[in-house]
Amino acid sequence: MNATARKAKAGHGMPERPFAHRLLADMLRIRRMEEKCAELYGAQKIRGFLHLYIGEEACATGAMHALDADDNVVATYREHGHALLRGVPMDAIMAEMFGKAAGCSRGRGGSMHLFDVARRFYGGNAIVGGGLPLAVGLALADRMQGIRRVTACFFGEGAVAEGAFHEGMNLAALWRLPVLFLCENNLYAMGTALDRSESQTELCVKAASYKVPTLKVDGMDVLAVHEATRRAAQQVREEGGPFFVEFRTFRFRAHSMFDPELYRDKAEVEEWKNRGPIHSFSAQLKAAGELTEDGFLELDAEAEAEVAAAVAFAEAAPWEPVEDLLRDVTTRGATR
Amino acid sequence: MRISYREAMRQALHDALASDPRVFLMGEDVGRYGGTYAVSKGFYDEFGPERIRDTPLSELGFVGAGIGAALGGMRPIVEVMTVNFSLLALDQIVNSAALLRHMSGGQVSVPLVIRMATGAGRQLAAQHSHSLENWYAHIPGIRVLAPATIADARGMLGPALADPDPVVIFEHAQLYNMEDDLRDEPNEDWACDIERAAIRRPGSQLSLITYGGSVPKALDAAAELARDGIDVEVVDLRVLRPLDTATISESVSRTHRAVIVDEGWRSGSLAAEVIARIVENCFYDLDAPPVRVCSEEVPIPYAKHMEDAALPQPARIVAAVREVLNV
Ligand SMILES: Cc1ncc(C[n+]2csc(CCOP(=O)(O)OP(=O)(O)O)c2C)c(N)n1
Ligand SMILES: [Mg+2]
Repeated sequence: MNATARKAKAGHGMPERPFAHRLLADMLRIRRMEEKCAELYGAQKIRGFLHLYIGEEACATGAMHALDADDNVVATYREHGHALLRGVPMDAIMAEMFGKAAGCSRGRGGSMHLFDVARRFYGGNAIVGGGLPLAVGLALADRMQGIRRVTACFFGEGAVAEGAFHEGMNLAALWRLPVLFLCENNLYAMGTALDRSESQTELCVKAASYKVPTLKVDGMDVLAVHEATRRAAQQVREEGGPFFVEFRTFRFRAHSMFDPELYRDKAEVEEWKNRGPIHSFSAQLKAAGELTEDGFLELDAEAEAEVAAAVAFAEAAPWEPVEDLLRDVTTRGATR
Repeated sequence: MRISYREAMRQALHDALASDPRVFLMGEDVGRYGGTYAVSKGFYDEFGPERIRDTPLSELGFVGAGIGAALGGMRPIVEVMTVNFSLLALDQIVNSAALLRHMSGGQVSVPLVIRMATGAGRQLAAQHSHSLENWYAHIPGIRVLAPATIADARGMLGPALADPDPVVIFEHAQLYNMEDDLRDEPNEDWACDIERAAIRRPGSQLSLITYGGSVPKALDAAAELARDGIDVEVVDLRVLRPLDTATISESVSRTHRAVIVDEGWRSGSLAAEVIARIVENCFYDLDAPPVRVCSEEVPIPYAKHMEDAALPQPARIVAAVREVLNV
């Protein structure tokens, strides 16, 4: 969707109705898909680590809609929503979670390593901070080849303690590379609250110390996320250098399916849930006369139907034959 | 044509940069300074700062950026000053470069070349003398090369760049000043294979199997033994991953005896892997247990006599061969 179509309608600060509904529908798609994943985890259809994004949907939704189809995206292990909104079919995501060969990484990656290079989605990286140097390199390759494109790099606030964050930030700024650093600050890295791991908790200050321009935005507000990312991406596109955006957000669920959540109060979680991105955006739309309850239920039913179809697809998909075990270690074939 | 190992490497890099605009060299002090080992001297002026890219002291960052640039369509050559400092980049090499193809279900290749100096012998003490080739050779998804001759220094880079997957090239710091004739070349662009081990000196009584900076030492030992009428074969592994088991087995099946020379520490060494493959493949051809000459299990000391004592030396190799042959 182009910028004019997104433009705020005069009067109540809302975007055009189709775009607003698209944002809501996409948040619902992520939410319903992940709720189903949690259920399937309980049923042992999905195994390993599963990091749910529930509560943070406004970040991926607002940000992805501010990027061009040709931009690069690098993400973390909490990337189901990013992959989906990048255009990876839900079928392929679900099949990947099941470990099926029809998955977007042929069942070799799983939940943490969703890839779709045709859509310039460079994964699913489960090394905290590991994506930042890769994003710098992708942007460097574009610059050296005269390609005008933004590389968007998502990471959690836990990554700012890693050397990779500082090295990546410095290289991008020093070489003026078109990297859009998108930090999803959900206040916790597993069980460690930000103020228990950082002497400086203002993340924008860290980025600014590398002379990277910054924006800090309410990550529970999909429109605010969209507008901030759009502005940042535009500046990256026009001026070439990097940009850092911090989304203040919160995950409603445990870090992974193994986490008993001993480190935070239920009250804190409840407080953030009151500001839940889906519920607050739909309330906002209703108040502006842009959404009815029936309209909401319709979008929700569409999301549920897509999820049901994806699960059926994943269930029915065949397993990769074990004879293929050594495939895709090297491009030219197996070695011993 | 008589040239140094350094010059051979320089020519190979020059060819690569001149012939493919996707190729660029990046690393600490590769540009203005001319390269830590002067391999890229003059390149900065010739190819410019974009393609001869000086980096900050950010091994993790710029190796990762090299991986990203390879994903993005370039053919980066990343120079890490030495293997010792590559430990700061190990995460990106092992967790990204080597895994991305597999984790993505075959969607991407990472056509990246990483060069680094390795090895001891110059009294640089413990933190500048590591031989950790075996760490890299352990990892599926990367190819590991150890050019030990002028021809390999000249000829391995081209095929490494043509490999769609990450290639790590170890240049033993003691070899840069070695001079030899550039000879026996199959083709005019000097390209050599990066699949097979090579027999550097044919022999009949024992296979002396080695790589990198120990190749000249093994050849010296073989020459000394020859003066006493002992005829040993010297096998240069050249490719540390994937190991050329066929050449190793063929040689040992013929000579019935093996001594492995490896500058790495003995425990968990490449030498151990070579012996395992010999035992797996030609156990019944062996006339004696294989023997290893490795570095002593001590951080490499500064004092010259102690450093010499810690590393494989021709005299130790000769003694090991005599022990196995019982002569
Ligand atoms: C280098 C590294 N160290 C530790 C871990 C284990 N780990 C996985 S997720 C995580 C927390 C990361 O928190 P954050 O970056 O804030 O992202 P979030 O999970 O909150 O989205 C940790 C410590 C890891 N995957 N990688
Ligand atoms: Mg976090």
